[in-house]
Amino acid sequence: MWYLCVFYHRLLDYRKPEVESLAELFGAFHDQKEGRHLEWKQPEDHHPDSPFHFVNLPSEQVARDIASRSILVKGIYELWGEGPTFEELEAAIQAYPEEKKLPFLAPDSTFKITVDSFGKVISFQEQTGRIKSLAFIPFKGRVDLKNADHKFWLMETDDYGVNNGLPPVVKRRHFFGREISGADRKLLPTYQLKSRKYLGPTAMDAEMAFLMANQAMAKPGKLVYDPFVGTGSILVAAAHFGAITMGADIDIRVVRDGRGPDCNIWSNFKQYGLPAPVGLLRADNNLPPWRAGLKEMFDAIICDPPYGVRAGGRKSGGRKLLKGAVRPYTVSDHQRNDHIPSTASYCLVECVHDLFDVAAKMLVMGGRLVFFYPVAREDKYMHNISNSYPEHPCFELIATSEQILSSRYSRVLLTMVKTSPYTAEVEAAARLKHLDFRENHLKWLEDGNLHSAVFSPADAVVASDTESKISRELKPKYRGKEGRIGAVNDQSCISLVKVGNCSSLSGLEVPIVKAIQREEFPAGEKYIQEILILTLCRHTTAPASAA
Amino acid sequence: MRLLTHNMLSCNVKGVTNGFPLIIQADKVLEKPAELNHDFLRNMFYKVDWKALVDAAKSMGYSELPESAEASMLESLDFLNRFHHALMELHLEEGALICPETGRKFPVDKGIPNMLLHEDEV
Repeated sequence: MWYLCVFYHRLLDYRKPEVESLAELFGAFHDQKEGRHLEWKQPEDHHPDSPFHFVNLPSEQVARDIASRSILVKGIYELWGEGPTFEELEAAIQAYPEEKKLPFLAPDSTFKITVDSFGKVISFQEQTGRIKSLAFIPFKGRVDLKNADHKFWLMETDDYGVNNGLPPVVKRRHFFGREISGADRKLLPTYQLKSRKYLGPTAMDAEMAFLMANQAMAKPGKLVYDPFVGTGSILVAAAHFGAITMGADIDIRVVRDGRGPDCNIWSNFKQYGLPAPVGLLRADNNLPPWRAGLKEMFDAIICDPPYGVRAGGRKSGGRKLLKGAVRPYTVSDHQRNDHIPSTASYCLVECVHDLFDVAAKMLVMGGRLVFFYPVAREDKYMHNISNSYPEHPCFELIATSEQILSSRYSRVLLTMVKTSPYTAEVEAAARLKHLDFRENHLKWLEDGNLHSAVFSPADAVVASDTESKISRELKPKYRGKEGRIGAVNDQSCISLVKVGNCSSLSGLEVPIVKAIQREEFPAGEKYIQEILILTLCRHTTAPASAA
Repeated sequence: MRLLTHNMLSCNVKGVTNGFPLIIQADKVLEKPAELNHDFLRNMFYKVDWKALVDAAKSMGYSELPESAEASMLESLDFLNRFHHALMELHLEEGALICPETGRKFPVDKGIPNMLLHEDEV
C-alpha cells in the first residue's frame, strides 16, 4: 500500500536509505530476491530533494515501526487526498473510500488536525481557516490536542519562489492524511554531544550515530562492533536500540582511562542508563588479535575510520617500519614490561583494506558493514567519477549517503551487506595485500592519503579537465606541520574587521580567528602569534583575539 | 574483561602458530550482574570454544560449567544461567593474558586487555 512519507528537510541523502534499512529490519522484504529497495514515487513536479515522497509499504504496522524508529521521517501518513488547489483536495478526500475513512471519524474517538507547510509560513488565523474549511469531512469524535487517537495533517507547499533552497515547485500542492507515526526526535536532545560527559575530537554527532545504527539494523540480541571505538559515540546509539556492543581502539588512554573515573567510555553509557559494552580492548585493526578459526561473530560493524583529515590513523610497528630497512628494531628484555610501543601512520587505503578483511571474516552472512568514507569533492565533480567507492568480493554496497563537510571534501556513509562467505582465496589475497602494505609502507603513505587532497591549495587546480588531473599530481603534498597552522582546521575561519570611524583608527583592522577545536581552548598562543605574523605582512593590524 | 572477549582473543605475535587460548593470570576478579539474553546466548554457544571457556572460568574461580557441552543443553535454564554467568558476568579486572606458546604477557588493566604488539613482534 502507498503511504505519504514526509521527511525533515536535512541530510537529504540519508533519508531513503534509512527508511529502506528500517523496512528490512521490520520485515518488509519477505524474499531477499526482491532486493532491499522500496518503491518510491513523488508528487507531480516535485524535485527529488523535496520532503514529500510516496512509499509502498506492505502494512500499516511496518509503516508505524519505521516511522517511530527513524530519525529523519517527520511522519508517515495514510493519504486521504491531494491536489494542486484546495478544491481539488476536497474532491479527492470526498472520493476517498468511505470504509477507509469512517473508522477514524467514529463518535467515541478523539482527534486532532495539524496544519503544516513547507517553504512558507501560515499564520494562526489562516490555520484556523484551513481547519474550518475541512468541515465537509464528517468528524464525529471529540477534539483532543494532547493525546488524540487519530491525528490528521493538512500540509501544503508554496507555489513558487524561494523554496528552502530547492528548485521552485511550479505548482502548489495540498496533502491531507492520517498520521500513522512520526519520528521521536526527542532522543536527539537527550543524546546531544554537548551534554555527553566524555568527548573526543572526533566524537560522532548524535543524529549521525543514530542514522548509522539504523543503517546497521541494530536491535536487541545483536552484537555490534566498532574497531575505532574512541569515546564510544557510535556504540551509544547502537546500545540505545538494544544492541550488545563491543569496541576496540589503538589508543589505550581512550579505552582504559578516559579523563578519570567518571569521565570515560563506561560513563558515557551509564549517563543514559544503557548497558555498557560487553567488551572493550586495546587492539590494532591492522593486526587484529582474533583467534584463528573465529568467524561470523558480529551482526554489524559500524565505524568512522580515521582517514587522516581530522584524526590520523595509527598502526603498530612504528620504528620498525621506518628503521627496519637499516637495522632490525628490537626491544631489550629488561624494558619489555614497561615498553610503550611506537606506532606508524596508517593510510586510508590500508585502513579500508583492513576494515574489509576484518568485516568479511567477522560478520555473519547478511551482516552489515556501515562506515564513513571520505571523498575529495574535486574528484567527484570535476572528473565525474561516479563509482569511486571501495569494493570487496564479500560485500554488496546497498546505500551511499553523502554529507558535505567543506568545499574540498565530503564524507559518504557506505552501507554494505555481507553476501558471500569469507573463503580461503579471499583470505590469501588479503594476506598478500597486507604484506605489500608492510613492505612498501612509505610509498603507500604518500599515495594512499586524503590529507593532501584536502589541505593542498585549491587554486592550483586548472579549470580544464585534462590539465587538472596533471596539476593535481604536481600539487605539493602536505608533510609535517610547516605548511599549515595546526590549530586552524577545516572548520575554522579567519576574518579581518575594520574598527572605528575616527581618523586615527581608520587603518586599524582586527583579525578574528574562529576555530573549532575542543582540545585546545582558547587557541594556543603560538597559533595566534602565527596568524598575526601572517596577517601583519599585508596590513597594519592590531593584535586582538576573541577566542 | 569478560570471558566472551577472552574466548575471541589469541596472541598474534609474528611467528606464533598456537596463541590460543591465552592463559589467565587473575589478580582481581569481579562479578557484575548482567541481563540474560537467551537469543544472544544460544547464538554465542555455537561460536565459543567450549574448552577454552571452561578452563578460563576455572582460572577465575568458577568451576560450575560442564566439561563438554552440546546444543541440547541449551534447553536447560540451569545450564543457560551458568553459561551466562561464565561468559558475561565474570570480569578480569586486573591481571594478564599469557601466550601459551611464547609466554608473552598481555596486561589487563582496569578491565581492558592491552593487545598491542611491540615493534619487533609485528
